[in-house]
Amino acid sequence: MQKQYETVFILTPVLSEDQVKEAVSKFRDYLKNNGAEIVYENNWGLRKLEYPIQKKSTGFYYLIEFKSDPQLIKKLEIEYKRDERVIRFLTTLLDKHAIAYNEKKRTEKKDTSEKEVEPTKKEN
Amino acid sequence: MAQQQQQGGEIRYLAPIAVDVKKKKYCRFKKSGIKYIDYKDANFLMKFVNEQGKILPRRVTGTSVKYQKKVAQAVKRARHLALLPYVTDLLK
Repeated sequence: MQKQYETVFILTPVLSEDQVKEAVSKFRDYLKNNGAEIVYENNWGLRKLEYPIQKKSTGFYYLIEFKSDPQLIKKLEIEYKRDERVIRFLTTLLDKHAIAYNEKKRTEKKDTSEKEVEPTKKEN
Repeated sequence: MAQQQQQGGEIRYLAPIAVDVKKKKYCRFKKSGIKYIDYKDANFLMKFVNEQGKILPRRVTGTSVKYQKKVAQAVKRARHLALLPYVTDLLK
């Protein structure tokens, strides 16, 4: 039975741009190969942490929303623990209200981005 | 003895006693129909946390038990992800 999950992980700021991409793609492919269906991804980029983690005050946040079997979550978290680039991670189960909330958030974002595009056309 | 107490009872105060007017508290989640409290939305969670980063009690915010638990869990998750501090001095 496929449930919907949302995982957020923080990568150390020491990484270069392509190392970040490589780490993110590693987890994304891990999910894909193990039969998870990725619904949404969001890169928050470099953000300031409210308290230092492992003596670092910033981190690359990355969010993946996906549908998968419950057994995969344990393996995914072992992968997180094994990879030393990830300094913190959190996987949450989404109930129907959460799914509706995320859905609404995404449609809102699309509308705002569309609105920004339209006015520029009128000007030129 | 009893008369004295009755006479003594009529103590006229100079200023009216400041009985704080009782503001009817309501659960903002039930009223606005919010069903899910997102742990990633730090600014929204700031409303339920005091200056030191501690979670505000129900008697102050007036939220119902069901949503207070959701708020508490969301705040704790946000703290885990370093979106909210565990303890700080001047948050707002």
